Amino acid sequence: MTAVASTEAELVRRPLGGRLRLSSTWLGAAPFLVYAGAFLLLPTVLVAVGAFSGTHGPTFSNLAQLSQPYIVSAFVNSLVLSAVSASIGAVVGAVLAYAVATGSPDGIMRRLVTALCGVLSQFGGVTLAFAFIATIGTEGFIVIWLRQHGIDFYPNGVWLFSLTGLTLIYTYFQIPLMVIVFMPALDGVRPQWREATETLGGATWHYWRHVAGPLLLPAFLGAWLLLFANAFSAYATAAALLDIGGVIVPLQISRALSSEVGLDQANLAAALALGMVVVVAVITVGYSWLQRRSARWLPR
Amino acid sequence: MNRRRRRRLAAFKTAVYVVLGLFFLLPIAAMVEFATRGVGISSPRTVSAFTSIGSDPELVDAITASLELAVITSVGMLALLLPTMIWIRLRMPRMVRPVELICLTPLTIPAIVLVVGFAPIYRWIEINVSDSILTLAFAYLILVLPYCYRALDAGLSAVDIRTLSEAARSLGAGWGTVMWRIVVPNMSSAVSNACLLCVAVVLGEFTVANLLNFENLQVAISILGTGNASVSIALAVLSLVFVFVFLLVLSFLARSLSRRRGAARA
Repeated sequence: MTAVASTEAELVRRPLGGRLRLSSTWLGAAPFLVYAGAFLLLPTVLVAVGAFSGTHGPTFSNLAQLSQPYIVSAFVNSLVLSAVSASIGAVVGAVLAYAVATGSPDGIMRRLVTALCGVLSQFGGVTLAFAFIATIGTEGFIVIWLRQHGIDFYPNGVWLFSLTGLTLIYTYFQIPLMVIVFMPALDGVRPQWREATETLGGATWHYWRHVAGPLLLPAFLGAWLLLFANAFSAYATAAALLDIGGVIVPLQISRALSSEVGLDQANLAAALALGMVVVVAVITVGYSWLQRRSARWLPR
Repeated sequence: MNRRRRRRLAAFKTAVYVVLGLFFLLPIAAMVEFATRGVGISSPRTVSAFTSIGSDPELVDAITASLELAVITSVGMLALLLPTMIWIRLRMPRMVRPVELICLTPLTIPAIVLVVGFAPIYRWIEINVSDSILTLAFAYLILVLPYCYRALDAGLSAVDIRTLSEAARSLGAGWGTVMWRIVVPNMSSAVSNACLLCVAVVLGEFTVANLLNFENLQVAISILGTGNASVSIALAVLSLVFVFVFLLVLSFLARSLSRRRGAARA
């Protein structure tokens, strides 16, 4: 009788004790999870909810606002800016990475370039905008120097404070980022592959067209997408450089967010933010697919 | 590789280094040139733009706030992230992947999007907690998560924390002792790396502060830029140099630390 009772008691106690132990384990991770919930999950949810809410309950009118011409053109500008700066950054960055990768792996040049690229790829924002204003602004170093030699740097008007100027400035951090991202792929290319091509009678062109090119292409495109997303989300440089607001999507968001008109504008900001998230999500999916493709050949 | 191709490669590399070296160094040199310019065209070089930084109380406030934020964010990150990362590795390995996912999310959500979500939260904080600029640390803690996670993860995977913690626990150490006196000293370079990334991110942050109407270092530089360009560029140069020297010193410290430990182990 007592034996039965004690087994019963054990049966009752065991799951309870198990649950208690479980909760004490969870307690250790709780502060982090609560914090991430409050300052990462909650803002994201607020954006998603805000995009669909109006002054009189749920609505699609915020998303409908996105089809207004000035917002469409902001999205187009953002996409073009990101695509062009990513393309220039990817090509020039790949060339620089190739120059570094063909050098000695422990050489001073390689260490210097990698260290500099690490710093410069994070060198964005206000400081970068001012650096270019000091260089090729209307009173910039190069502009003044050329003027003293009778050359006009801006024969067709100043383009620094426009999308063209922004594209040029973006390449300043896109190229170093490309070097960092693309270097591992170049390191994965084995010299034996080139030797094999030559043994089979292939010239340099054949090697790049049929061996190295196809192998590096997924890594290159993946890096391009990363650069694209990087330019697409950048805000500070544009905010410091452009006087006219709303040229690209982040500037539209900031205009809607700081307007005093009220809730409607806040919800429009949320809808714009949601639009950005959709674009970035598509890029992320493409990126992870390309990563898996390139991992087949190039070990990382 | 034959000689012709090697020579061509060398020429190609020199050209790339020279052209890109100019592209990257010119803007920085131009900033220094601009900040030291005299008032008139032919007036001599001056450092007055640098010296006048200290006499602007608004600027000093912004610089102090950014430095305080850098410290608070670093300490907060260590207090929040490090124990969690160690804990889940020891006690709930199934949570390692989800926590990694959470930590890397801020990389995929643009800061400008997060700000839209932060805005209502900060309105609430402003009314119910405080309207101090230091509350920005809450947002910055999220922004630095991915960088710090990677730095700490690299350190943690280099140490066999399971064996270390089991040894310590069997000798009677509590969880606090295991974390702060066993695991952390074994990954000091990863911890200092994470802190350094924190400082670099916080000192360079503009988006969140600007849109939540706080005046930190970068916002002050930007506001100043419209009025007094040479002072704001001087400040930009200084902040850049500061971060660069800071990174250099910390990486040097980390290397000498790990070397000393390597020597001790050998």
